[in-house]
Amino acid sequence: MAYGGYETGGVTQRGHRAIKILLAGGFGVGKTTLVGAVSEIRPLRTEEPLTESSLRTDSIAGVEGKTTTTVAMDFGRITLRQDLVLYLFGTPGQERFWFMWDELAVGALGAVVLADTRRLADCFPAIDYFERREIPFIVALNCFDGARRYSVDDVRVALDLDPGLPIVLCDARSKESAKEVLIALVEHVLTVADEPVSR
Amino acid sequence: MPSNDESWLDAEAGPVVRPYALTRGRTRHSGEAFDLVATVTATHMRVTDPGALAPEHISVLHLARAPTTVVDIASDVDLPLGVVRILLADLRELGLVAIRAPVSTKAQQVDRNTLREVLHGLRGL
Repeated sequence: MAYGGYETGGVTQRGHRAIKILLAGGFGVGKTTLVGAVSEIRPLRTEEPLTESSLRTDSIAGVEGKTTTTVAMDFGRITLRQDLVLYLFGTPGQERFWFMWDELAVGALGAVVLADTRRLADCFPAIDYFERREIPFIVALNCFDGARRYSVDDVRVALDLDPGLPIVLCDARSKESAKEVLIALVEHVLTVADEPVSR
Repeated sequence: MPSNDESWLDAEAGPVVRPYALTRGRTRHSGEAFDLVATVTATHMRVTDPGALAPEHISVLHLARAPTTVVDIASDVDLPLGVVRILLADLRELGLVAIRAPVSTKAQQVDRNTLREVLHGLRGL
């Protein structure tokens, strides 16, 4: 099967490469903030009927500081070079959005699961999703002001994650920090690619 | 109950159908599926029947003069993604745009050289 430039290092005839990175996590966890910190954030409307039902069904316990909930896709672009562009897609973590993920996940570089230690359970569905589809991912803990800090080891146990899976601490508001999260993801994907395939 | 097979409005369209007036009610596009980050390029073929195009088709075509992506177009024209896809499929059918799959549509992973370039690029931000 031809992958359109895949075999030659991804250089396609026009030389423009678009790479998808997914950012998953519950409402209010900081997806929009992180996308905005590291990329040129752009509006992207989807036609999903989310607004009212989201307000009814999504708990805002612990995130009262957030007055609006972004239910449309967070979409950001990072132009690394003229011919190499990263596209960040922030998608809500709930199962009812999986139809969006199914499409986004195809050919994606990998995913970042953004977690809030006050509401760790919010990221269970995302972790299950990526594990099942063997999409490489890392977990980034957004360290909110006033949030109780847990050790990375505690979080690893709570989320039942493999020892090799990176868990990084971040401040979603900081460009440097958001950048480090993406770097950690790419490094992890490279490490995974080095491992012998065991099936 | 009417048969679901005949329903033109699928679950993804939701209750708000106004944007779909543009697509004459269609919620699915014709032809081969394309990725959100597929590259769209105008072919610069002459438009033989301008009447077949809505102003939104023209806007989309305009944005694709230089290679761009499906999501970039959706963001620029400020129309929902589903609508933009249908408009793009129309333009493709007319031979006015070419839509090319992104680097790694079928492959689950981005290749190593590209990963290293991404890493390098991120470190340099």
